[in-house]
Amino acid sequence: MVHWTAEEKHHITSLWAKVNVEACGSEALARLLIVYPWTQRFFSSFGNLSSAEAILHNPQVHAHGKKVLTSFGEAVKNLDHIKQTFATLSKLHCEKLHVDPENFKLLGNILIIVLASHFAKEFTPACQAAWQKLVGAVAHALALGYH
Amino acid sequence: MLNADEKQLIKHAWEKVLGHQEDFGAEALERMFTVYPQTKTYFPHFDLHHDSEQIRHHGKKVVTALGDAVRHMDNLSEALSELSNLHAYNLRVDPVNFKLLSHCFQVVLAVHLADEYTPQVHVAYDKFLAAVSAVLAEKYR
Repeated sequence: MVHWTAEEKHHITSLWAKVNVEACGSEALARLLIVYPWTQRFFSSFGNLSSAEAILHNPQVHAHGKKVLTSFGEAVKNLDHIKQTFATLSKLHCEKLHVDPENFKLLGNILIIVLASHFAKEFTPACQAAWQKLVGAVAHALALGYH
Repeated sequence: MLNADEKQLIKHAWEKVLGHQEDFGAEALERMFTVYPQTKTYFPHFDLHHDSEQIRHHGKKVVTALGDAVRHMDNLSEALSELSNLHAYNLRVDPVNFKLLSHCFQVVLAVHLADEYTPQVHVAYDKFLAAVSAVLAEKYR
């Protein structure tokens, strides 16, 4: 179980309360596909991903990004039970989606950059540290069910 | 590696860094020390308190060197040759740490450039910083 200080929990929950999940989620997924184009391998059914512009305006990317970040929100609501919260999704990502867990780390760092660009000075080093710990914990939990 | 568009994006965004090398450098280092405490092991001789003179001085040094790299993207190996020697024979920083500092520097760019740190600028800098890191590690063995 991950141990969180009161300060870390505060950084996470107070920032999350201000996050526009749809906007940040779609932006994070779009950036993942643009910055690490090999991640497009998991989205062959998503239509036009041929350029940054196409990706940024792709409705399926938008919808899926929102879905992914909404799911991530479950971690924020269950900071003391992250492993359990993602047990089913972990199995899914291994058995059905066949996603290399390295991708969870990539998306985690992309989310950090999206938060930094939206929250600027408010995203202090201490706030970043709490969030890096969170994205690391989620990535770890998603990889736990792999076999 | 870097195409013409990406080089343009990098140079254009760098104009926002000019005049702030010390601030941005200090912030990147502070973020790295906070988020990845193991990186502090390379600075046992430094005062690592927030805004210390040593962090500001070192941050400025690092970002100024990145600025040199921006101006010589077509021959990074040559332009960074001395720094490459320094890191290989003297500092011997494990190359995994270049990724950590690169990430933190990108967070600083995102914080200060906000909307202007578009996905296109983001990927260009990700590639550029990876190229710089590779050059710094190229004489390690």
